[in-house]
Amino acid sequence: MPDDALFLISIIALPFLGSFIAALLPTNARNAEAWLAGLVSVGVVAIAISFRPVLAAGNVVRAEYAWLPEFGLNFILRLDGLAWSFVVLIGGIGFLVVLYARYYMSPADPAPRFFAFLLAFMGAMLGIVVSGNLIQLVVFWELTSIFSFLLISYWNHNQTARDGARVALTVTAAGGLCLLAAMLLLGRIVGSFDLETVLTSGPRIVSHPLYLTMLILFALGVLTKSAQFPFHFWLPRAMVAPTPVSAYLHSATMVKAGVFLLARFWPAMAGHEYWFWIFAPIGVATLLIGAFMALFQQDLKGLLAYSTISHLGLITLLLGLGSPLAAVAAIFHIMNHATFKASLFMAAGIIDHEAGTRDVRRLGGLYRAMPITALLATVAAAAMAGVPLLNGFLSKEMFFAETIESHVDTVLDKALPYIATIAGVFSVAYSLRLIHQVFFGPPAKDLPRQPHDPVLWMLLPVALLVLICLLVGILPGPTIGNFLAMAVHATLGPQTPTYSLAVWHGFTPALFMSGVAMIGGVALYFALQRYLSGDVEGVPILGALKGKRLFERALVFLSWRWARELEQNAGTTRLQPQMRLLVCVTIAAALWSLFSRPGSLDFTWPSSADPAFVLVWLVGGICAVAAAYQAKYHRLVSLILTGGAGLATCITFAWLSAPDLALTQLLVEIVTTVLILLGLRWLPKRIEGLDPDMTPKARLRRVRDLLIAVAGGAGLAALSYTVLTWPIGNSIASNFLERAYTEGGGRNVVNVILVDFRGFDTFGEIAVLAIASITVFSLLRRFRPARDSIELPAQKSFQNRFDADRYTGGKDPLSAHYMIVPGLIMRLLFPVIAMTAAFLFMRGHDLPGGGFVAGLTLAIAFILQYMAGGTRWAEARLRVLPARWMGFGLLAAAATGAGAWFFGRPFLTSAFAYADIPILGKVPMASALFFDLGVFSVVVGATVLILIALAHQALRVQRVSSDAAAAPPTEGSR
Amino acid sequence: MNGSVLGWALLIGQILIALAMACAAFRILKGPRAQDRVLAMDALYVNAMLLLLVFGIGSGSTLYFETALAISLLGFVATVAMAKFLMRGEVIE
Repeated sequence: MPDDALFLISIIALPFLGSFIAALLPTNARNAEAWLAGLVSVGVVAIAISFRPVLAAGNVVRAEYAWLPEFGLNFILRLDGLAWSFVVLIGGIGFLVVLYARYYMSPADPAPRFFAFLLAFMGAMLGIVVSGNLIQLVVFWELTSIFSFLLISYWNHNQTARDGARVALTVTAAGGLCLLAAMLLLGRIVGSFDLETVLTSGPRIVSHPLYLTMLILFALGVLTKSAQFPFHFWLPRAMVAPTPVSAYLHSATMVKAGVFLLARFWPAMAGHEYWFWIFAPIGVATLLIGAFMALFQQDLKGLLAYSTISHLGLITLLLGLGSPLAAVAAIFHIMNHATFKASLFMAAGIIDHEAGTRDVRRLGGLYRAMPITALLATVAAAAMAGVPLLNGFLSKEMFFAETIESHVDTVLDKALPYIATIAGVFSVAYSLRLIHQVFFGPPAKDLPRQPHDPVLWMLLPVALLVLICLLVGILPGPTIGNFLAMAVHATLGPQTPTYSLAVWHGFTPALFMSGVAMIGGVALYFALQRYLSGDVEGVPILGALKGKRLFERALVFLSWRWARELEQNAGTTRLQPQMRLLVCVTIAAALWSLFSRPGSLDFTWPSSADPAFVLVWLVGGICAVAAAYQAKYHRLVSLILTGGAGLATCITFAWLSAPDLALTQLLVEIVTTVLILLGLRWLPKRIEGLDPDMTPKARLRRVRDLLIAVAGGAGLAALSYTVLTWPIGNSIASNFLERAYTEGGGRNVVNVILVDFRGFDTFGEIAVLAIASITVFSLLRRFRPARDSIELPAQKSFQNRFDADRYTGGKDPLSAHYMIVPGLIMRLLFPVIAMTAAFLFMRGHDLPGGGFVAGLTLAIAFILQYMAGGTRWAEARLRVLPARWMGFGLLAAAATGAGAWFFGRPFLTSAFAYADIPILGKVPMASALFFDLGVFSVVVGATVLILIALAHQALRVQRVSSDAAAAPPTEGSR
Repeated sequence: MNGSVLGWALLIGQILIALAMACAAFRILKGPRAQDRVLAMDALYVNAMLLLLVFGIGSGSTLYFETALAISLLGFVATVAMAKFLMRGEVIE
């Protein structure tokens, strides 16, 4: 069914695509954004509806794409009845929220950001519900956390918004990590990450020894997301988000992800007492605490947030009970809650929008000013309270009936009917308070704005949702019956119980409980009315229960105090101890592996030696050791000595028949020398010699450091010697040697490895090179040299004084004529060196050379011009634009790599052929040549950028010091 | 190549050039002035180039000549940079 697969993937792809487009629209395109988002939501719902006939027959639609087949992971999309009802819920309410948001958001708010995040969130949420693979599900799960974070902090100039978003992200993302662990365990228990397999292996999961561990991790993930006690505190704080976000994420969809997962895995995991003992008590606690705290909230959205927590607790409790009938009630209540709570949030947003405040105490009598809003909110609140003929009543009735049944024979189970009734009482009381204090009573005075009913389009989403509440409440069978049956059947399968969706079941105990809750709730509200209208902030009794405070303290400890202490006690900012530690650890690691496998380091002295080669090596070795010895007090000498050691290495490469390496080594050597010389100018003045009165302790430290250094150096030398004398077996090197020409089309193995076999690594490396050089450049823009190196070098100032004495009046000073002959030669050499670079580049694939070497050569040619004529002279004649070189290089490399896609090959597959070019003759043309061109270009750009940035320091400091020199006389003349 | 005049000549040539390198290295170590050291390094480069040429004659491969060419073409860059550093205090003005 290819069409099915296409439709299925578009359920997720549409919102993400829409999000991408939305992000690119202009800032003030509110209408275009809303149209886009609305069409996407409608599209999602339409696709879902097209699947309905298939699903109603009890089938499951699946689409599978290879994701990481090596690990047995496929990207699976799976749509069944439960997922379907969530898709419709997410798409449908998404559409209404978009419509509402178009009128809610002010023109000053950046629309692209809002709609792009909202659509991306929709995509992530849909991803969760249609995922058929456990790992994939967690990925989408975490995506919802991230987009929720971005949406809560939408008004990011507001400190509380940022804080709230951070808390929400910390809690839900940490839960998501637990969920990932749970899913990995689950996959291990079942032996597959395919949801289909997991759902059918319930008995195996429940009897597995890891079941409890997995279940606790799973619970942590689910409970944090669904804001269950004790993790509920993030939800009220997330109310700083724009109201459409609260209506969408924090009532209808995201917080439902947790309970969705409970329902999803119910058939696989619920068959054990542990399930009851984890979810039922937490559900009960959340139900009661949420309802209790909701009653005492003064913020309209805060009240709704706690009420949401309470209802989520109810759903968790129902699913936790473990009986199929309770699961039916839970799924039904998920749907009902989404409709009435989303509409209430939207109504709260309207009130906030029109009246300018959400404080329940300041509002009152609004039904006169906004009658339609009042009517709609009243019906929705009645549904929330569970008034008959509304959808809330039906699921609440099922809940009450279910609490009476006995499940696990315990005190908790026996107490459930009473607990449920108490929660019902509170629920009625806060619903009544919401309506009575806001819309009725004496009219509010001195409101920030003059309230009135909003535009029709803003009321429409609320009205539609309320209409659904009514229809479902009066005629449950014809309206929601089929959909519920589909969802329930998909969840419970053969366990599906018989249930009836009637408004009137006769005089049952559940009806009696409903009645008690109604009367009790009304009585409670009127008893507390005076207290609630007073100046009470916070919640009595439970006010001390500050999850938020605890959380913050924990965070402070973890991320601030402990981190600080750890850093102070275990960290150091000094370079010497760090180096010492690093070297010591390296030595220890080498020794450990040496002694754990004795005999791995056996020396075989070379049988014969070339005397010249030995001499070169002696020279190189002496140079290297002397360089280390001089490094601290004679920098220039040390640099020259390093050059000598490098040259010896270069000869060694050539000697051991690696001329390409010799070439590279030589060029790197030259460029590095110039680079360090450029930097040497800016280092602080050197310290002359050792401190004569050194303490014995310092002397001891120096001896110790010497020993460490000798051990490290000798160890490294021994290791490399062993590796070099290792008998060549069937190593990767010989593999490369064999395949270089046949598969890469080149004889220069190093180059073929760089641009073909390991092309992807090289691509990463040149990207890093470009980044590093840009970093150097931007660091140097703000470079403040040491005080004693700001003034002109001694040589220069001496020369200037001499010139000033001798050559006055129009005569060229002596310094203008220095290095004339070498300077001319250096200028003339530019084309020669550039030609060499081109030569090295062109034949790089077969013989020594290649993009890297050629790039360095050309960079040296540029540096020579700078040295010959100075920065001003060189830049007046030759503008090198290093950033463009690098940009072109990266693009060329990426384009070559991507070119392989057009031939149906993976990224960076190279092809080769021979081409006949006039004059040059037969030239091997590998596609890798263009990749090499990219390498070449990046190397030129990066090297020149760093060198020029260093060279410009001289100009900059001259400017600064001449400004400083010019300043005092003007002051003196005043 | 064994036993032939060329073989011996190459071997002796290599040893002598290597000795010359050792002398240059000694000058780098000893100084006494910075100018001496820079000059010695240039001598080291020239000797390295010659050594590669001799080695190339011995092996019969032209690749070594190219490396030698690279040294002769570019090896002076480091020397020039150091000379400028000593004379003007800055490599690029």
